[in-house]
Amino acid sequence: MEVRNDLYYSNDHEWVSVEGNKAYVGITDFAQHSLGEIVYVELPEVGDELSAGDVFSVIESVKAASDSYMPVSGKIIEVNEELSDSPQLINEDPYGNWIVVVEMSDKSELDDLMNAEQYEEFCSKED
Amino acid sequence: MSEPKKTALYDAHVRYGGKIVDYAGWALPVQFEGLTAEHDAVRNNAGLFDVSHMGEVEIKGSQATDYLQNLITNDVSSMKEYQVIYSLMCYPDGGIVDDLLVYKYTNNHYMLVINAANTEKDVQWMKDNVGNYDVVINNISHNVSELALQGPKAEEILQKLTDTDLSKIPFFFFEEDVNISGKKCLISRTGYTGEDGFEIYMKNEDAEYLWDKILEAGKDKGIKPAGLGCRDTLRFEANLPLYGNELSPEITPLEAGYGFFVKLNKPDFIGKEALEKQKAEGLKRKIVGFEMIEPGIPRHGYDVLADDKVIGFVTTGYSSPTLKKNIGLAMVDIEYSELDTIIEIQIRKKTAKAKVVKRKFYTKQYKK
Repeated sequence: MEVRNDLYYSNDHEWVSVEGNKAYVGITDFAQHSLGEIVYVELPEVGDELSAGDVFSVIESVKAASDSYMPVSGKIIEVNEELSDSPQLINEDPYGNWIVVVEMSDKSELDDLMNAEQYEEFCSKED
Repeated sequence: MSEPKKTALYDAHVRYGGKIVDYAGWALPVQFEGLTAEHDAVRNNAGLFDVSHMGEVEIKGSQATDYLQNLITNDVSSMKEYQVIYSLMCYPDGGIVDDLLVYKYTNNHYMLVINAANTEKDVQWMKDNVGNYDVVINNISHNVSELALQGPKAEEILQKLTDTDLSKIPFFFFEEDVNISGKKCLISRTGYTGEDGFEIYMKNEDAEYLWDKILEAGKDKGIKPAGLGCRDTLRFEANLPLYGNELSPEITPLEAGYGFFVKLNKPDFIGKEALEKQKAEGLKRKIVGFEMIEPGIPRHGYDVLADDKVIGFVTTGYSSPTLKKNIGLAMVDIEYSELDTIIEIQIRKKTAKAKVVKRKFYTKQYKK
């Protein structure tokens, strides 16, 4: 399982990459692996204002639908439309395919997330 | 919740990397390598399933045939020895107790194979309906392990391990005391995937040995150990019902679309009067197939809408691995059951359009 050093991680297995006030959000390698082959990604609308913990996307494997939760609060300013036609991109490269870009309303929420080392430790207890 | 029960193959599942889940009170693998890979293996080559959770019940006695004629909806009177039939078992109101396979040894001896989650309930129901029939009902589930070897290469693989000529076992027939790699088994040409294949019954202590032997024999044929995940997608594509989805105490076999297995022309059986009445009055709802027109994957339990009201529910839905389409089965009010009718599926907060289609999503590849 791959964990990248330069990212923040949530308990629900989302990763966050920060660029100024913008947060790129995707799901981790651990998450895509436990979901199995992804066949559908339901995306939010650009402009949606969501709080940390809100569902922003539903990711479906053949077996089941799983919710993805906002790791930070803010406004959705971009969604990865490519995933509508090619949801399997998340399996192929989970860190290369963000799902949404969030304009963060409270950057201090990043302090509640884990770093790579903490996340690796967290995953080792999950399985 | 009590601890899930383990089949004799639990250690083998862990050894093969199975992802274990609790299913109907049993710890079973939902997948090994991955649902789609296993699904494709069964459609193209072969897959091996542990179905030891299924219940087996022996019915013995001088009136075993008459007893079963009354208990179930299909006709056992015309069965040959060593034949297998599929049947429903109903309550007096026509609702379904369970679906089952009937294995006939002789007029005085049968074996019924029932669903894991229903085993206790079914056995009680069978005992409650003994009445004056001379029969003995014996739940032998805990002594029996069951493997399902399914796929176009199933026969070729199993033949390597036995001297019995498997090509002589016709579709929906069985043979007992078949020697497979030195172990005595009962095998039937039956299954739950829409492919050719066998269901193999054995002693618990032989299960792990045979599991390994069969996988080894099929290695160069592309066999894979297969989990419950693809068992469900495979049976669904082939329009085979699942109790708890298409079948339940609130659904009759006629509504579910399995009237073929209800022989209203045989003498009395439990549920006959209610089913005759339902047939005479006409169905008010039935299960149809549907295909999504708009994006979204239908799932078991989702509401079905039309004309701004709820007109039914999804019994099973998937992104079909074989057809690469989002399809489902749904119980809908009869006025929305015609082919090509446009319906809507409530998927979380949105609705998505779908069209009623034939239920035969995948044509069964049986060797008859």
